[in-house]
Amino acid sequence: MSAPTQARIRPAVPAALALRRRGRADAVIAPIITLIVLVSLWQIAAWASPLREDLFPGPAAVAAKLPELLADGSLLSAVGTSLFRALSGFAIAVLIATPAALLLAHLPLLRKGLGPLVSAMQVLPSIAWVPAAIILFGLSDATIYTVLLLGAIPSIINGLLSGIDMIPAQYSALSRVLGAGKRQHILSVQLPAALPGYVAGLRQGWAFAWRSLMAAELIAVGGSLALGVGSLLQRGRDLADLPLVMLVILVILLVGVLIELLCFAPLERKLLRDRGMTRTGENHA
Amino acid sequence: MGVLLNEVSLSYPGTGLVIDRLSAQIEDGEFIAVLGASGCGKSSLLNLIAGLLAPTGGWLEVPDDGAAFMFQDSNLLPWLTAGENVDLALKLAGQPKADRPARITRLLELVQLGHAAHKKPHELSGGMRQRVALARALAQDRQVLLMDEPFAALDAITRDLLHEQLRSLWEQTGKTIIFVTHNVREAIRLSGRILVLSSHPGRILETRRITEDLRRTPALAAALADELTAILRKEQRKHERTNSS
Repeated sequence: MSAPTQARIRPAVPAALALRRRGRADAVIAPIITLIVLVSLWQIAAWASPLREDLFPGPAAVAAKLPELLADGSLLSAVGTSLFRALSGFAIAVLIATPAALLLAHLPLLRKGLGPLVSAMQVLPSIAWVPAAIILFGLSDATIYTVLLLGAIPSIINGLLSGIDMIPAQYSALSRVLGAGKRQHILSVQLPAALPGYVAGLRQGWAFAWRSLMAAELIAVGGSLALGVGSLLQRGRDLADLPLVMLVILVILLVGVLIELLCFAPLERKLLRDRGMTRTGENHA
Repeated sequence: MGVLLNEVSLSYPGTGLVIDRLSAQIEDGEFIAVLGASGCGKSSLLNLIAGLLAPTGGWLEVPDDGAAFMFQDSNLLPWLTAGENVDLALKLAGQPKADRPARITRLLELVQLGHAAHKKPHELSGGMRQRVALARALAQDRQVLLMDEPFAALDAITRDLLHEQLRSLWEQTGKTIIFVTHNVREAIRLSGRILVLSSHPGRILETRRITEDLRRTPALAAALADELTAILRKEQRKHERTNSS
C-alpha cells in the first residue's frame, strides 16, 4: 500500500516539539517578510515620488550612505559609545530601581506617597529633563546618564511593583504555613513569583533607557561628550543629509530591536515556559 | 496533643459572623472530617487552626509547632520542580542541607511520585500535583495536618486512588488530620469522626463516629450518606433563603 502506510511509518515527532519548532520558524520568517514588504513599498514610493532623492531618499540611497560612515569609523564608534552608555546606565538603573521597588512594595505609606510620583515620572517624556540636566551638569556624561536614569528607573520600579502586586494571595498563606520569615518569604517566594513582571519592567526600562539616551545625545552635543548615535542624527540634521538621518534612525531601531530579541525575548520566553505559560499569540509547547 | 477549640467565633467586617461559638476537641492521631455546605466557614475554621486568621471570640489550642496545611488547589510554586517544592518546606523547617535530598526522595516515594522529582507542576496531572502538595505538607513534619478540600477538583478515579493513599499514609504516620470537605461519601470513607457544620454562621450541627464496620458495610454507609446529605441540603436551602431575603 502506498500513502497511508508511509504516513504511518514516518518517524514520529512529538507534537509539542513540532509546534515549538514551527512557532520559532514563524517568529523569524514573519518579521523578515514584513521587513521585505515594507522596504519594497518604501523603494517604490521613493521612485514614484515627485520629490528629489535628497528630500525623499529610498532604501537604496540610504544604504549607499553606509560604506562612507563605516569607512570613516564614525558609525561604529558612535554605536559603541551609545551602547556603552545605554548598558552601563541601564545596569545602574536596575541597581537603583530594584531595592526602591522592594521598599515601596513593603512600606505601604511610602508607596502611597511616592507611587503616584513614580507613575508620573514614567509618563513624563525624558527629553523634558535634558535642559535641566545641561544647566546642572553642562555638556558632560553626567547629563546623559541623568536623563537615561530618569527615563528607565520609573519603568523598572513599576514593573517589579506590578509583578509583586500580581502574586496570588495564596502564596503568602503558603509562606506562613511553611513557617517562612519575612526575609525568607521575599527571597524564596515573592521575588521568584514577581520575576515575569520584573522582566517585563526591565524590558520596558531598557526601551525607555535607549529612547532617553537618544533624546539626550540629540540635544547634548559638544563639550567633553563623545559622539553617540543620537549626536550622529543631529549631524545629519545640521548637514541637511536626509539619507544619513534615515540611516541613523534605522541603526537606532536595529540596536533596540537586537537587544530586545537577543536578551529580553528569550529570557521572558524561558521564564514563561518554566511556569507552563506562553506569551499571547505563541504556541503552547 | 490534638487540637482544642473552645467557643471559637470568627467574624469578617462586612460579612458578619462566619463561625459562631464553635467548640470541639480533636484527639491526637484522629482523622476527622469537617463537613458542610459551601460557604459555611469550613475553610475559615482551618485558617484559624493554621494561624492564618485570629479568632474574634473564644480560644483554641494547637501544638506548639503549628499545623501543616494542604490547600484546595495544590498551590505548588510553578517555577520549582516537584522535588524543589518539597525541598522548600524542608528548608523552611530548618532541615540541614545535606539531609534534604534523601528526605525529598523518601517523601515523594511515599506519595508514589519518586519518578517525578524533576518535573515542574505544569508537567504533572491534577492528582499528581496534589500528591506533591501532600508530600510538601508531610515535609513540615508536624503532628497536625490540615486539608482544605484537597481532592475537590479531581476526577472520581484519581480521587479514589488518593483516598486510599491518604488512609494508608495516616495509618503509617499516625498524624492528626483535619479534613474539610463538602463531599459526604469522601468524609465517610476517610475519617473516624465527622463534624457537620451549619451554614452561616458555622456551628457544629451533628457529630458522627465512623466505625470500620460502618465503612465496610455499603448499606450502612449509604444510609448515613443519605442522612448527612439531607442535613446538608436543608442547611444549603436555609443559607440560600437567608441570602435572598
